Amino acid sequence: MSPDLLKLIFGRLGFESLPLHEPIVVGTFVVVALGGAALLGGLTYFRLWGYLWREWFTTVDHKRIGIMYMILGIVMLLRGFADALMMRGQQMLAFGGSEGYLNAHHYDQVFTAHGVIMIFFVAMPLVTGLMNYVVPLQIGARDVSFPFLNNFSFWMTVGGAVLVMASLFIGEFARTGWLAYPPLSNIGYSPDVGVDYYIWALQVAGVGTTLSGINLICTIVKLRCPGMTMMKMPVFTWTSLCTNVLIVASFPVLTVVLALLSLDRYVGTNFFTNDFGGSPMMYVNLIWIWGHPEVYILVLPAFGIFSEVTSTFSGKRLFGYTSMVYATVVITILSYLVWLHHFFTMGSGASVNSFFGITTMIISIPTGAKMFNWLFTMYRGRIRYELPMMWTIAFMLTFVIGGMTGVLLAVPPADFVLHNSLFLIAHFHNVIIGGVVFGAFAGISYWFPKAFGFKLDPFWGKLSFWFWVTGFYLAFMPLYVLGLMGVTRRLRVFDDPSLQIWFVIAAIGAGLVLLGIMCMLVQFAVSFLRREQLKDVTGDPWDARTLEWATSSPPPDYNFAFTPVVHDNDAWWDMKRRGYQRPLTGFRPIHMPSSTGTGIILAGLATAMGFGLIWYIWWLAAVSFIAMLAVGIGHTFNYHRDFDIPADDVIRTEDARTKLLAGAK
Amino acid sequence: MSTDTHAAHADDHHHDGGHSHGTFSSYMLGFVLSVVLTAIPFWLVMSGALPNKQITALVIMAFAVVQIVVHMIYFLHMNTTSENGWSMMALIFTIVMVVIALSGSLWVMSHLNSNMMPMHQMSGMN
Repeated sequence: MSPDLLKLIFGRLGFESLPLHEPIVVGTFVVVALGGAALLGGLTYFRLWGYLWREWFTTVDHKRIGIMYMILGIVMLLRGFADALMMRGQQMLAFGGSEGYLNAHHYDQVFTAHGVIMIFFVAMPLVTGLMNYVVPLQIGARDVSFPFLNNFSFWMTVGGAVLVMASLFIGEFARTGWLAYPPLSNIGYSPDVGVDYYIWALQVAGVGTTLSGINLICTIVKLRCPGMTMMKMPVFTWTSLCTNVLIVASFPVLTVVLALLSLDRYVGTNFFTNDFGGSPMMYVNLIWIWGHPEVYILVLPAFGIFSEVTSTFSGKRLFGYTSMVYATVVITILSYLVWLHHFFTMGSGASVNSFFGITTMIISIPTGAKMFNWLFTMYRGRIRYELPMMWTIAFMLTFVIGGMTGVLLAVPPADFVLHNSLFLIAHFHNVIIGGVVFGAFAGISYWFPKAFGFKLDPFWGKLSFWFWVTGFYLAFMPLYVLGLMGVTRRLRVFDDPSLQIWFVIAAIGAGLVLLGIMCMLVQFAVSFLRREQLKDVTGDPWDARTLEWATSSPPPDYNFAFTPVVHDNDAWWDMKRRGYQRPLTGFRPIHMPSSTGTGIILAGLATAMGFGLIWYIWWLAAVSFIAMLAVGIGHTFNYHRDFDIPADDVIRTEDARTKLLAGAK
Repeated sequence: MSTDTHAAHADDHHHDGGHSHGTFSSYMLGFVLSVVLTAIPFWLVMSGALPNKQITALVIMAFAVVQIVVHMIYFLHMNTTSENGWSMMALIFTIVMVVIALSGSLWVMSHLNSNMMPMHQMSGMN
């Protein structure tokens, strides 16, 4: 075939795009391919495809979508953590003339992929998944406002993740660092597909994130059950509301910045180039206008989880509910006023730097207020040290350290010394792992019995907890030391042999975290095997306080047979205290949304379009774009959008629960 | 107790937060206003009625702002009470965010420009 025709069909994709010269990647590919083949074979053998398609892939049930988000987050955590281990290994070995085992080309992709995956495809899905699962239950709703949109949002996030994973085996990923600053990310310096993978993965996933933000705001504003005024909402719902407001207000900025970067790369504009009036500094400015709120998008829901966990396991009403809400709102606004602290050293000068330094320090005030609220909630409480509470205590200790190093970095002169050093790396891992990851784990162990009807095994959970916490401290405290000594981030080889010991300690810490992750996976397996002993029949295994515990575990498709009415902040606690009796009669048919495959099809087409644009396969991009429009328009003619669960089915489900509850007593 | 916690009315969920769908005359008024507000800037540019281009640009910007308000009131049916006040709250929040992002970026970028782009000053000196 002529090269022109090949180019028309395959764009710049060819056999040389496959990284066959990288033994590590080939090895990974073999393992992934074997594992994937085993998984697909197993699904086919056990005839699970139909079940998965009908009950999971096409579902519009917020609970199942929430669980799928969590699975995506955990799977991507394994990938992102594998990158982390590779970096720790490389930095531990590359001393005294040794080049380590990763070449520069590969190493630069590893640290970029690690950052991108951990933020966009681990932290975001975990947070979104928990919000998706819990928020409608906490506000007494049957589903989110736009159930189909919810399914579509999830699959767009998966589409982005698929593109990032594809870059491992087809072509390469960006070598620019996780925010792809130009001019390095411009076509002149990064002519390969790496940055294009980055752009389109984030654009596809970003659509999902933005839509799910709109969906959850609408749900919280419009679907609260009668009696639940704004100031009677559970704190987790409050923090979710603020997080989604942040998402809707900030993700468009990311979308536009990446669109401008793609124009620079694809059609030769000069927004962020060095020449013709372009300004790379504008990219840095704009991307941090998104980037700083993003940090709070991740951590606010974690704060909400800790609030719920602390008051449940202290057996007390949350101390300072009103101040907690105001602190959350203040953080939401302030998070838009601090973005420049990410580039103090770019040269805006003293006046600008001091303004943003001061606003940054001010953020620590509402955050500190939250910390005291949690402490005062625990004060004189009867604290039960179950797993979620353990994660919460670990968070409080760890996050305070991370917060203080953050305030230190907020001082511009100090930042000039520490900017881009491992001190910064230690700081943000300190707050993201200590805050977001511990929060997600607290949330998983807290709501797992609600989602699956049995508790998680405490032994393996505690083992995982201790490996994670000690591993975290061993892995990142040395980085503070190294950062103070002036070691910069993203280095591949080192000259000074006296530094090596610190990297060895950090690698040992990473090894402990690996054990923590493995214990967590074992915990899931063991809990599943022991599900009869760990069973929760009451629907309220922790003696908790908010509405999600008022229904069964797992909740029925319709969540609540009757919409609850709320009189108090801790609605379920109030109901229990007042001797609430479950209604046993009078059930009526329940109106529910129907499943649809449109979401996964649209997201699949969007992913194909992204792939076409990455590899300059223009026909693929055009065809999938037109197909997307066609499917989207076709979906508007779908009139089977809802159905009624017959009253008989509701009666059957509720009677089964009545029997279960009677058996428990 | 149970009856009270379960006023069984899922359908009453859709609060009536004061949806106004507009009338024929309100739509017409909005349409006429937006046509007028579009025509005047066109006329200003085409006839060159104002001597100074900068003033013309500023006047057009002012008309554009009024145009936005007209659209919000007559076509999006926004007022202080629509959707229980959520529309107004969302609008104020959006304006605050946009003002922060735009003014902040202008401030930051102008400082960066004067501090970090010595080539510009040099070429300016030539």
